Amino acid sequence: MESDRIIIEVKDLVKKFGWFVANDQLCFNVYQGEVFGFLGANGAGKTTAIRILCGLSKPTSGRVIVAGFDAFSQPEKIKKVIGYMSQRFSLYDDLTVYENIRLFGGIYGLTRSEIKKRSEELLNRLEIPDLRDRLIGSIPLGWKQKLAFSIAVLHKPKIVFLDEPTGGVDPITRRQFWELIYEASKQGITIFVTTHYMDEAEYCDRICILAEGKVKALGKPDQLKKTFNAETIDDVFYQIAREDKQT
Amino acid sequence: MNRFLSFVKKEFQHIFRDRKTLLILFGMPVAQLLIFGYVITNDFRNIGIAVMDQARDQKSELLVNRIFSSGYFLNRGQVYNIDEISSKFKSGKVKAVLVIEPSFTNNLIGKGEARVQILTDASDPNLASTIVGYLSGIIYKFQMDDVPFSEARGIIAETRMVYNENLEGAFMFVPGTIALILMLISALLTSISVTREKEVGTMEVLLVSPLKPALIIAGKVTPYVFLAFANGIVILLLSYFVFGVPVEGSLILLLLALLLYITLSLSIGIFFSTLASTQQVAMFLSLFALMLPTVLLSGFIYPIENMPWPLQWLSLILPPRWFIVILKDIMLKGNGIAYIWDEGLILIGMTVFFIAISIKKFKIRLES
Repeated sequence: MESDRIIIEVKDLVKKFGWFVANDQLCFNVYQGEVFGFLGANGAGKTTAIRILCGLSKPTSGRVIVAGFDAFSQPEKIKKVIGYMSQRFSLYDDLTVYENIRLFGGIYGLTRSEIKKRSEELLNRLEIPDLRDRLIGSIPLGWKQKLAFSIAVLHKPKIVFLDEPTGGVDPITRRQFWELIYEASKQGITIFVTTHYMDEAEYCDRICILAEGKVKALGKPDQLKKTFNAETIDDVFYQIAREDKQT
Repeated sequence: MNRFLSFVKKEFQHIFRDRKTLLILFGMPVAQLLIFGYVITNDFRNIGIAVMDQARDQKSELLVNRIFSSGYFLNRGQVYNIDEISSKFKSGKVKAVLVIEPSFTNNLIGKGEARVQILTDASDPNLASTIVGYLSGIIYKFQMDDVPFSEARGIIAETRMVYNENLEGAFMFVPGTIALILMLISALLTSISVTREKEVGTMEVLLVSPLKPALIIAGKVTPYVFLAFANGIVILLLSYFVFGVPVEGSLILLLLALLLYITLSLSIGIFFSTLASTQQVAMFLSLFALMLPTVLLSGFIYPIENMPWPLQWLSLILPPRWFIVILKDIMLKGNGIAYIWDEGLILIGMTVFFIAISIKKFKIRLES
């Protein structure tokens, strides 16, 4: 899985809002096709970093290259090759499943025939061809999340950013959701995911733990557990959080 | 272009699926126009006035008859001396007192000049000036019909309802109502539609997409340009067929002015949506920052000339104030572009201003 091809390169990334430093000298690389977990308590600087990586916000200083494009000067190019799904709903409740697919397909510049073909594939893969003309608002939450993810990768982006994608979903659906993530990763799509669930962190190829705007740990889950002499990633996370309070 | 069209299509779908909004969109203008038109016009009936007829001769009684047979006024009795007048006003039932000088007929026919005095309860200045207008109109007509000798001076009517010879109240209300409704619908609905996306979280997804912010704004606004324009035309047709309000001037000029005003209102809506983060805040902003000042300060109901000067200054920044002038000029006076270009320029300037600061605010939001 881990190839040497770096798809996201972050070096000495600093983001300040006035006197407040949200991201302090972040350094990490993400390799193509891996599932990269981005963890941290609320306020650790996760969202700020993701916004920069998605081209929504400009870094104060540092080097940020996403899929070969510079986050300073080419955010519009970055936007074309990434997918995004947020913790809150990314689909429109008052449009049908198919209309949502068509809308996002259209926004990402797919042709009409491509949209038709891919939406059929998508509905068949999720085994919900009969939900095609149902309003999003009328289908269960679990399905919405899976649909939102599938639509986020409809235009075959190089990287997909998932911001707490499984919030409020039952364990079985979370499991199914992760199967979708692995499937996309197998097709070569890089997954950049933030989560609150520490068991999900174990599913990632590599994880990066953020606290107080700094990278506190970076590596494969097993490695990190060894380094911190911990049973689970949960323990690793608490050790880091405790350190934080002492300083 | 394809990206943009997919987006605009979605906006139309939002609107047409939301029946309640659609009902507000087309029901509110009709209801408001009828309410304002009828209530306010009909309101000017049965206004209580008292008469202090010191002459009690042939012409004075004829004049008093004229006034009470007009249907606008109710006879609240005679007043016999000046001291009674203030107590009449205090009772609230009498809004005006008509004083006729002694030997009215003799003066009128003999000297060719007779005096009447109209005293009004000016605690409601708008009503008072309307009463003066109506009474003067009746007196003027009385003089034309019943006083054949008074060619030169006769009873001098001080006020007259210019551009509204038939004393039709609805004429004055149609421009105001159009200005109010278009402003509300355009600004309220666009600001709600943008903030709804912020609240639900879909705005983030749109911003991450390759759609440029300017295109997102344009896509949001496009459907409302059509809807608001359709609305404006509905109001114009309704006022023509129900209230008989004429369009004396150029129809094309009128439609252009309508389009300009709609664009301005939409840009205000977009501006509000950059300020507000929830639909409720957007709604309150629209209602309190737009509807109240429009109703109270734009000259729609209360004449601007009667306001204290700080409020007169305040009214200068209200777009409806200028638009109402344009509408009255085109619809009632039949004036052309030579008369309204300055108001038009002010509206264009305001549009540019709001669009510019919206784009600036939108960018700041993106970059922080």
